[in-house]
Amino acid sequence: MSSVLFDAPGPKARTRYRVFGVVTALVIIAIVGFVVLRFAQSGQFDAKKWQLFTFPLVQQTIIQSVGATLSAFATAAVLSLVLGVFLAFGRLSDRKWISLPCYGFTELFRAIPLLILMMIFYYGLPPLGVQGITPFTAVVAGLVLYNGSVLAEVFRAGIESLPRGQSEAGYAIGLPKSAVMTNILLPQAVRSMLPVIISQLVVILKDTALGFIVTYNEILFQAKYFGSQAQYGSPIIPSAIIAGVLYVGMCLILAGIAKWLEGRMRRNIKVVKVTKSEIVAVEG
Amino acid sequence: MSPQISAESDHSVNTLLNNSDLFITGFRNTLILFFISGFFALILGTVVAALRVSPIPAMRAAATLYINVVRNTPLTLVLFFFALGYPKLGLVEIDFMTAATIGLSLYTATYVAEAVRSGINTVPVGQAEAARAIGLPFTQTLTLVILPQAFRAVIPPMFSVFIALLKNTTVAAGFSVFEAGAIRSNLSERGEPAMAGLLWVALVFVLLVFILSFVQRKLEKKWKVAR
Repeated sequence: MSSVLFDAPGPKARTRYRVFGVVTALVIIAIVGFVVLRFAQSGQFDAKKWQLFTFPLVQQTIIQSVGATLSAFATAAVLSLVLGVFLAFGRLSDRKWISLPCYGFTELFRAIPLLILMMIFYYGLPPLGVQGITPFTAVVAGLVLYNGSVLAEVFRAGIESLPRGQSEAGYAIGLPKSAVMTNILLPQAVRSMLPVIISQLVVILKDTALGFIVTYNEILFQAKYFGSQAQYGSPIIPSAIIAGVLYVGMCLILAGIAKWLEGRMRRNIKVVKVTKSEIVAVEG
Repeated sequence: MSPQISAESDHSVNTLLNNSDLFITGFRNTLILFFISGFFALILGTVVAALRVSPIPAMRAAATLYINVVRNTPLTLVLFFFALGYPKLGLVEIDFMTAATIGLSLYTATYVAEAVRSGINTVPVGQAEAARAIGLPFTQTLTLVILPQAFRAVIPPMFSVFIALLKNTTVAAGFSVFEAGAIRSNLSERGEPAMAGLLWVALVFVLLVFILSFVQRKLEKKWKVAR
């Protein structure tokens, strides 16, 4: 491992690093050991506390709650990507009466806490006579408004970071602005902003857990329900562990997909570069 | 901001004025949560970022593991653990406010760490090389040369982290902490309309975020790195 921040270690430094390394490992083992020991001492690993999760019906419910989390995530992800693209185009519009409202919209919904947004939909709208608000619609609507605004800024930053020549070339061959945006600028912006977009998708996935507070039947909601079953010893920590594993697992899978996509796209760019140099070689 | 307020402005203003005690206590607790967790998250995040670039592999691995696990866990679950799970362990008893502070600090620290690390990467290589050339060891290279410059560069991302923290404090409302997110349930106990209360809460958050962005622009201007 070489870094600009420190010199390559000599014999003395190597021993020192080794000592520090061992000390760090010991401290971490001590912390983890203490937590595990505490769990064990307070009976969190007792078979009684985990017995609940061996029932097929309970496992089915957990799988259903994962499905609920994923469906809220998928719906919100697709809709906020669409909203984000529209808002980004709106902000980049030449017409003030389009760009100003879009600017206000993104700034407003990025400033309101997501939970408050969900509450506005879930608790605020029904008394005003709005029908058909379920926890699902409240969660998705909140997620879409917030993440759509965030993604709009991401798309805009991506489009603005492209070299001017891209749009100029588009106009030069006679494309209208809409075609320049959708056919030339957006694909490149998405490609360069892909890491940010994916991390925002991970945020959406994590934020579905807020649905727990507006009684959406997702993983954490079920975890709390199972955790409060007194006849099975209130296994709140076992259910928190299960929920944690599920969330970390899903987020890591999403991050893995992101890495794979990024690698693929980078390969494609390389191909483009090779052909470019070939063209130069041919012309030269 | 909404047709609701303009159409029933008398009524909505009454919701705010008649229940100002709820709003004041709620937002006071929100700000307490924000400043205390922000303070600890800043310290812990900087330490974790330093560990992540340290020459010792065990430290790097520990910091990376912490960041990866916590960043992939929803804040709601972190608070769930500290507010509902922790009391079952029979350790020192903490109230919900402290539990929320611990959860928010641990969660936000990972984002601070990532921001600081990206800042460290923006400092020109020559700075670290010069520090090493005059014989500074790693800790001094980092604390005396790199970090002071890195912090200047990371003001915008750092403020996004803190704005996110401010908004995230509302999640604590789900775990028996009385702060801005819990104003609605208290209002509905008093028979007040939910929408008016929620819109006022949203408006105050918009103002708070606006103030934070203003401070950010000031600091950015003041500490601009001349390169």
